[in-house]
Amino acid sequence: MAFLTLKLWSPYWVGIGIGILSWFTFLLSDKPIGCSTAFTRTSGILEQALTGKSVTNQPYYQKFPAKIDWEWMFVFGIIIGSFFSAVFSGNFQLNWLPDLWMARFGMEVFPRILTAFLGGILLGIGARWAGGCTSGHGISGTLQLAVSSWIAAILFFVSGILTAHLIY
Amino acid sequence: MLKNLHSKKQTQLILGLFMGIIFGFLLQKGGAGKYDVILGQLLLTDFTVIKIMLSAVVTGMIGIYILKGFGLAQLHPKPGSIGMTVIGGIIFGLGFAVLGYCPGTISAAIGQGNLDALLGGLLGIVVGSGIFAHLYPGLQGFLKKGWFGDITFPEYFKLNPWVVILPLCLVIILFFYWIESLGL
Repeated sequence: MAFLTLKLWSPYWVGIGIGILSWFTFLLSDKPIGCSTAFTRTSGILEQALTGKSVTNQPYYQKFPAKIDWEWMFVFGIIIGSFFSAVFSGNFQLNWLPDLWMARFGMEVFPRILTAFLGGILLGIGARWAGGCTSGHGISGTLQLAVSSWIAAILFFVSGILTAHLIY
Repeated sequence: MLKNLHSKKQTQLILGLFMGIIFGFLLQKGGAGKYDVILGQLLLTDFTVIKIMLSAVVTGMIGIYILKGFGLAQLHPKPGSIGMTVIGGIIFGLGFAVLGYCPGTISAAIGQGNLDALLGGLLGIVVGSGIFAHLYPGLQGFLKKGWFGDITFPEYFKLNPWVVILPLCLVIILFFYWIESLGL
């Protein structure tokens, strides 16, 4: 089982693994791999907790009820799976700043957290606006040959590439 | 299809968790939970993310269309429109580059200990999703502009899916050879 402790696997094997995993999500759960609706459900759950008012009358939460579902558990599982992978290979590390960020913007933590928060807001809006993210459109949708997903996935990268070149 | 299994709610939650654990393990092992790897892809200096995604697409596509052929799986293509897919895709790309993670890889980043993902990005995505939920009633008309629905390419061109799948796999494999030959 030495491969479980390797720090890095070939991206091709990782991709093949994700492809095989998607066979099982379709076969056993009738679900494509996806992540972004879990964040919508979480926002609904938090809004209910913070305001004390039910969100069931809001149209978007009628579409995606503020409840824990398969995809929510899937996203929670990602955190656990990544944690085990990192621990097995000895590279679990609490870390505030990515290297590339530090080289460009310095060692202060707050600007990175604020940027990540603002980027997260755009990402959350964009994912729900497009109806999916890099997993739901980018992997699951494209592998089903969905027209919407190929357009979305290409635009995720075109827009991301242009923005990244403006930042760096 | 395994309809009986699909309808068992508790079992499905456990399956979702278990499959998510595998996905997270794979993402971490692929380095996809790293800001540097994702920004490297967007700066076109590191092609890890595209290699992972496209090899998942080739493997997944072949398997799922075989399962569909045997009546063991049904497709779930997402609906789309110009107002929804194009505008949403552009906003997503902005966030993707500014944050340096996406909704799946941020979860992998959190699992491996990246605190900018946990305390900045995760909160941002939840807030952004909440903002969208509140904008949604007013946006519904716009989101339907240029509607093309949940169609797939084989359906659109009225082709046998394998006429699309096999050439597409070949193009992706040639693309891999090309980026490897460039040393990327």
